[in-house]
Amino acid sequence: MGKIWRISGPVIIAEDMRGSQVYEVVEIGEERLNGEIIGLEQDKAVIQVYEDTVGLTVGEKVTGTGEILMAELGPGLVGNIYDGVQRSLVTMKDEVGDFLHRGVRTYALDREKKWHFIPAMKAGAQVEGGDVIGTVQETGLIEHRIMVPPGMSGVIDAIEEGDYTVEESIALLKSNGKTWPLTLMQRWPARKPRPYKRRFDPQDLLVTGTRVIDYLFPLALGGKAAIPGGFGTGKTVNLQQMVRWSQTQLNIYVGCGERGNEMADVLQSFKELKDPATGRYLQEKEIFIANTSNMPVVAREISIFIGITMAEYYRDMGYDILLVADSTSRWAEAMREIGARLEETPGEEGFPTYLGSRLSAFYERSGRVECLGSPGRIGSATVIGAVSPPGADFSEPVTQSTLRIVDALYSLDVALANRRHFPTINWLQSYSHYADSVDAWWEKVSPDYTEVRNQALITLQKEAELEEIVRLVGPEALPENDKLLLLIARMIREDFLMQSAYHPVDTYSNPKRSHLMLSTIMKFSDFARGLAEEGMMVSEISASRIKQRISRMKDVPDDEIDQYVDSIRQDMAGGAASLEEGGV
Amino acid sequence: MDSMQLFTRQTKAISTARRSLLIIESIPGIRYNEIVDVELGTGEIRSGQVIEVGKNTTVVQVFGGVSEVDLLNSKVRYKGETLKLPVSPDILGRIFDGSGKPIDGGPPIISQKYQDINGVPANPASRMPPAEFIETGISAIDGLNVLVRGQKLPIFSGSGLPHNKIAAQIIRQASLKGKSEDFAIVFGAIGVSYDDAAHFISNLEETGALSRAVGFINTASSPVIERLSTPRLALTAAEYLAWEMNMHVLVILTDITNYADALRELAAMRGEIPSRRGYPGYMYTDLASLYERAGRISGREGSVTIIPILTMPDDDITHPIPDLTGYITEGQIVLSRPLDRKRIYPPIDVFLSLSRMMKEGIGEGKTREDHNNVFMQSYAMYAEGNYLREITTVIGSEALTDRDKVYLNAADRFEREFIAQDENSRRTVEETLSIAWDIFSMLPEEDLKLINEAYIKKYLPEPSRSE
Repeated sequence: MGKIWRISGPVIIAEDMRGSQVYEVVEIGEERLNGEIIGLEQDKAVIQVYEDTVGLTVGEKVTGTGEILMAELGPGLVGNIYDGVQRSLVTMKDEVGDFLHRGVRTYALDREKKWHFIPAMKAGAQVEGGDVIGTVQETGLIEHRIMVPPGMSGVIDAIEEGDYTVEESIALLKSNGKTWPLTLMQRWPARKPRPYKRRFDPQDLLVTGTRVIDYLFPLALGGKAAIPGGFGTGKTVNLQQMVRWSQTQLNIYVGCGERGNEMADVLQSFKELKDPATGRYLQEKEIFIANTSNMPVVAREISIFIGITMAEYYRDMGYDILLVADSTSRWAEAMREIGARLEETPGEEGFPTYLGSRLSAFYERSGRVECLGSPGRIGSATVIGAVSPPGADFSEPVTQSTLRIVDALYSLDVALANRRHFPTINWLQSYSHYADSVDAWWEKVSPDYTEVRNQALITLQKEAELEEIVRLVGPEALPENDKLLLLIARMIREDFLMQSAYHPVDTYSNPKRSHLMLSTIMKFSDFARGLAEEGMMVSEISASRIKQRISRMKDVPDDEIDQYVDSIRQDMAGGAASLEEGGV
Repeated sequence: MDSMQLFTRQTKAISTARRSLLIIESIPGIRYNEIVDVELGTGEIRSGQVIEVGKNTTVVQVFGGVSEVDLLNSKVRYKGETLKLPVSPDILGRIFDGSGKPIDGGPPIISQKYQDINGVPANPASRMPPAEFIETGISAIDGLNVLVRGQKLPIFSGSGLPHNKIAAQIIRQASLKGKSEDFAIVFGAIGVSYDDAAHFISNLEETGALSRAVGFINTASSPVIERLSTPRLALTAAEYLAWEMNMHVLVILTDITNYADALRELAAMRGEIPSRRGYPGYMYTDLASLYERAGRISGREGSVTIIPILTMPDDDITHPIPDLTGYITEGQIVLSRPLDRKRIYPPIDVFLSLSRMMKEGIGEGKTREDHNNVFMQSYAMYAEGNYLREITTVIGSEALTDRDKVYLNAADRFEREFIAQDENSRRTVEETLSIAWDIFSMLPEEDLKLINEAYIKKYLPEPSRSE
């Protein structure tokens, strides 16, 4: 047991700490504040404290727990809300009230609650790490697969169906003459990636329901992406949309140093919104980590690793998981603050020199893998990180370090936000390296996906070039074919890329629907070009009823969209005549 | 703070006095961040705070600097306390300085209850999303950038722009639609001029709002360190009124730029590694520790709504102070110098302003059913008019069609009639919406695409419809 030797903000130094290990969890002072050793020198330990250090004094005791920081994994995670060090905020609310006093400890998983365990094997079975020995129905949406912890193997004994708490033995594992109890819960060091058999290239589309992402810059299951954007560009709304509508079986929302009211809004809406595939409440497939900006800074650093550890755990069951982290900039700032307290030599803008490697340690834990154990399973963890660049200046260190790691970028644009074009994902700056790998997936939806996507991207690119000319000479001075291109580009922007998160129909666009919409616009482009060649003015085409009908596609419910689009297409097939007969 | 103390611990063992820091030989029991008194040889007493404690040495930051501190005769007295505010219902109607002492000539606040001015974070699981409309009587806010209870919505201003006038108008007029009896105002003036502070107080007195208000005033000539404690005192009072007295509290903090500059000054004195433009790397977290005290708690009646006011240095919205603020707050009201030059009051820039909580606070039963549609149509109309204005500066107005001219005209009217209003005019949200409808009646009816047809029938003024 050691004693406090120096206190400086969230960092303390303790003496008489010989025998401790780096990353060991310690308890500090009378109130037993939580901390983690981040460095050792002789008998002194440098400790980052996960709670406010105000009022601590030199000489107070520091006790090692002998363990590094572990995430608790087991039934009860889904639907829960955690702080950065995996204390259940729901439990804390019940036990200590509406405000977060320090020194409170709660378990991540309820110790009293009984879960109904159904074995998947009988006594005598030979098992190894990752083998599924049974299941627990965790929520209406999640069947929790109870696995032998990685690294253990032996023969199963005394396995029985029944109701168990997370700590009770559900089976015994005999190995080399010893017997180990297996429980519903396992623990895993948060900073260490969980093992798997092998890794695959991502190839299936992560359906987010946001058209500009799914169609133009698709993300694959198991991929990693970043969303940088200045304030007001809608980072949080974008992330919320993804965790709301993605086809993944489980989502983890890590709110790291962000707004409390926004977090409250997310929590509330997930109690009310329903999963499009199953019709059950979204809360049944979400885990929340809420470490708001006024909660202790140091806990931000570990919160991201707690989150990704939970993601890997459910991935190991064979599920597809989406983890979003909002915002990685606040996470990096926490590292900067600790670094400064330790008087480390700073890198760019005061961030620690290990910023890049710490970011990769997080993003690299994404992936699509073949899980350990039997039955054979494939699972994936997709990771999306929001970045909050100061002054919306993407040249800053966190954005730049992130871009070197991720394979998809959704660049949010302040100018688009000011024009109220949402989502503000800039189509000229964003990219996805997964576009080629999910081609095959998309072509099952429609064989002409690649062609339509390319046409649209080219049109938008040309529009950007023409806009510079328009700024000088005005739109009226352009030749008719350029005017037509501007019209089509405008339709792509307004009738396809713009999408309202708050409209009941438009908020989620399934892949087939997205394809119908964009391909109809591109068909209109061909149709209009034909009319223009016959001498019709672009202004007339623009005022046509068909064009207006296209602009209303967004609001047409899913069960009517096929018919709606069919009738537009039939009218276009009729050529100029249909335009006149249909009336303006 | 002067609670009973059985003994005081004091030391004369000061080894270093440099910038605003004293390095002192440690004595047992010193607590991190506790408040100390530094007594100079002359008898003068200054406050200080422990910013680092070690086994051998302790570092104290002296508020007011170390000038005239000598290492032989000066003493440091430890008080064993962090900064606290005595709270009771008697604080209503009172004015305090940045250390919590009354400056209105009244008696000190007697209370058994002292609250730490740093507050305690609310459990995110206990928070309730803000959703109730606050009527400020200002059209540009009530119509387009709605403020709701529990929100934090800053005003981004520039030097010389009328932000104080707007804040005073909000204080006078803000009432919550429905009832007003549980409403209180907390006012924190940070590093403002004496005149500005006096103006605010007399404004409160004149309108009779003072009895429902608490003021904390740190003038430009008061100690810099109190710029950091002033907003915390104000928020502590607000939290007390909201969470324990069940009141709806509106907190006005001005000027956050002075606050941030004080933070920078003190950080530089500590020799910390600076981040952007010399501001400390933890400024986001520090500002969040203020702004995040806004909110609603489920199961409690009251609310804390914060309007921080800041002046953007050189009108630069990417400057760290507005930038970091914008990342924390739920939107921003941005003032525009060009509108101010056109004598439009309040000069609110509709395009840069935003309230993230707006959609929660409007609509049927809250404001009016057509509110969101009117908002979107106004925005689109004004945006189009503005775009045409820009075009005409390049290509002249000759090239404009008749329809374009209508839009130009509509944008002008929107500025003069909707955005602009008298400092003393208090418009109800219905009045605000009907001004917008009146301007819509200039436009071709088929252009009102963003409005539900039923609302057009119901609200569009008749003469235009019969045309």
